[in-house]
Amino acid sequence: MAAISGKYMKSGTARKQTDITAFTDPAQSISGSRRKKVFQALTFSLFRVAAIINGIALFIIVYFMVARGWRAITWTFLTQPPMDSMTKGGILPCIVGTLCLSVGAIITAMPVGIASAVYLNEYARPGSTLRLIRLGINNLAGVPSVVFGLFGLAFFVVILKMGVSIIAGALTLGAMSLPVIIGATEEALKAVPDTYREASLGLGATKWQTIWRVVLPSALPGILTGAILGISRAAGETAPIMFTGAVFFTPILPTSIFDEVMALPYHIYVLATAGTEIEATRHLQYGTALVLIALVLGMNLIAIIYRSRLRRRMQ
Amino acid sequence: MDKHFKITSKNLNFFYGEFQALHDISLDFYERQVTALIGPSGCGKSTFLRCLNRMNDLIPRTRVEGKVMIEDQDMYASSLDVVMLRRRVGMVFQKPNPFPKSIYDNVAYGLIVNGIKDKTYVAWRVEESIKQAALWDEVKDRLHESALGLSGGQQQRLCIARALAIKPEVVLMDEPASALDPLATQKIEELIHNLKELYTIIIVTHNMQQAARVSDITAFFYIGKLIETGETDNIFTRPSLKQTEDYITGRFG
Repeated sequence: MAAISGKYMKSGTARKQTDITAFTDPAQSISGSRRKKVFQALTFSLFRVAAIINGIALFIIVYFMVARGWRAITWTFLTQPPMDSMTKGGILPCIVGTLCLSVGAIITAMPVGIASAVYLNEYARPGSTLRLIRLGINNLAGVPSVVFGLFGLAFFVVILKMGVSIIAGALTLGAMSLPVIIGATEEALKAVPDTYREASLGLGATKWQTIWRVVLPSALPGILTGAILGISRAAGETAPIMFTGAVFFTPILPTSIFDEVMALPYHIYVLATAGTEIEATRHLQYGTALVLIALVLGMNLIAIIYRSRLRRRMQ
Repeated sequence: MDKHFKITSKNLNFFYGEFQALHDISLDFYERQVTALIGPSGCGKSTFLRCLNRMNDLIPRTRVEGKVMIEDQDMYASSLDVVMLRRRVGMVFQKPNPFPKSIYDNVAYGLIVNGIKDKTYVAWRVEESIKQAALWDEVKDRLHESALGLSGGQQQRLCIARALAIKPEVVLMDEPASALDPLATQKIEELIHNLKELYTIIIVTHNMQQAARVSDITAFFYIGKLIETGETDNIFTRPSLKQTEDYITGRFG
């Protein structure tokens, strides 16, 4: 392999007479390598364009939201409930509602997700049971969000009699982000070197002590980032919460986990499709979207800062 | 000289799935002596070492036949608590593997997981162990800094201190100096020499000179079989088998 690429390099760059004689038809091999070079340059340019488009997508979205929505962002907008059939006033109940649902989802889904991943990665013996569980989890990730919404309605709201409430909405969002949390946790656990596990067991630690004191702390930065990214993704969803936790309109802020709330994504949906003044409230819709994006990016930022602080402490 | 056997293995066979990695190994280890296991790569010496604290239990689809006794206890008896066994038989690995914790917490770890809560005792044991591992002067002012900031040789001595903290009876060392530079290697070798006053040491090494320098007994392994064993001086000057002689003189392996 090394010898072939060495020859190829020489004929392509230096083009010494002695090297060219190594080929049966020198002229053809030179033009061949030139064609390869052009092809290579073309493909890489295409790949670069793809990467750049992805990189600027976020900026385009944010720019669009800021350009259309910044006029709506006032102190009143952030601190007052909607007024005059939601054509004026603010979105405070929606901000509080979305925060409650996201925090609730984190609190309920993270322990379950992390526990599942620890079981799958550290305890479970490979076999058909494990394969079946993994198949289930992978398919859970592909279930559409509206199906999660209907499941939440049937199971949490009706069967468990939670009613349309923060807890039912949070559990539904949590269930939806479970596959992401499990995936991120498993990746983080796999990244912990086996030598740590061996060293700990070699010192007479039990398997549980090894996981609790060595494996989980090492994996924690990866777990937290993955989990928060997963939940912030879910926090922007409308379908899972529109039947389970969010309501069309309520001016009061929640006082218990069994209260129903307004939520940012659902509020955008309502203003844009079912409001009394759809055109007149465009700037409010974009303003709400801007707040939602800021909230989600803020959560991601907290995750990233927390991870880098944990990493630094370990170095 | 009449010496006491600390660990004895009898007719030990070991399998990775269908592949038999060890064939009928019977070898005894003297208390407070250094035994070196030598042989070419893949000869089973590391596998054998890892049978002596049941570290191979962690690898799925492996199987052990035969007996390994520590004192008069069968290591592979179902009644034996493997956690207790590993407390008695400590291990130092090929690559230094300190936890991503402080120097102090690394050495204290074994004590804490074994249920010792007395903080002054832990602090005393940590200091004693680091001193025993000849690392104290280099780290005494930075005990609460991360162990990952130490050099490779210091990290390995820290791993030795960590193993010594729980007062094991036997210390297994799997090529402890193979990832280190000559100076760090020399320090580890001096350390092994001092530690045999207190501990039974079994060391796997690729380095023939190292085996000759540090060990009292040498056992030569070749493709899963124990070929020859005896006092190190005899093995290296008057090996009784041609195979052993070829290996230690560097004619193969």
